[in-house]
Amino acid sequence: MTITELAPTKSIDARGMACPGPLLNLIGAIRQGQVGDVIEVISSDAGSRTDIPAWVAKAKHEMVRIVEEPGFARFIIRKAR
Amino acid sequence: MEDTTVSLVLFSGTDDRLGAAAILATGAAAMGRPVNLFLQYWALDAFRKDRVTADHGVVAEAGTAGAAMVKKDQTGPRHWSELLRQAKDIGDVRIHACALSMELFGITKEDLDPLVDDVEGVASFMSDATAGPITFI
Repeated sequence: MTITELAPTKSIDARGMACPGPLLNLIGAIRQGQVGDVIEVISSDAGSRTDIPAWVAKAKHEMVRIVEEPGFARFIIRKAR
Repeated sequence: MEDTTVSLVLFSGTDDRLGAAAILATGAAAMGRPVNLFLQYWALDAFRKDRVTADHGVVAEAGTAGAAMVKKDQTGPRHWSELLRQAKDIGDVRIHACALSMELFGITKEDLDPLVDDVEGVASFMSDATAGPITFI
């Protein structure tokens, strides 16, 4: 994977937001975006760790990667449809 | 997994229970499951449009510290009514007012927040709830 492929179309800093806030922000961004867009969600909510991958799988988008950082995680999602 | 309907009967009108119910409804809606809410008694009373965001208190076991924690959480976009609005925006969420409770409390459809879709009888709610379990909150 190249750096270009990873560069997010949109980044949402949802740190400090409680469950299910970060997921709702992601859903909103996916709905507004175009197919192929890469959305980054930065979340400190523990629920996001399970909720975001579960929703992405269910909604049939692509979970590109999850980057763990101290106290939060970056979720990189590609809008697939 | 089959997307069975999530049916919640909201009975309690305290902000902590309504908050927890709104989280469940939002999660179900996000995952594509139909959500069927039935408002009875104190929960229905909390959906009066002139007092949706009023302080509805908390359950007895919360104590003073718990009440303060819930009050702090139930603000702005975190309020249960806002979560339900978002749930309705992202998914198939229907909110029904119990006809009997409406009569008992002297509430008309015009008194209720627009979040409430309609007034229905218990049999009608049950007929919508056949596809999954019913949870009483």
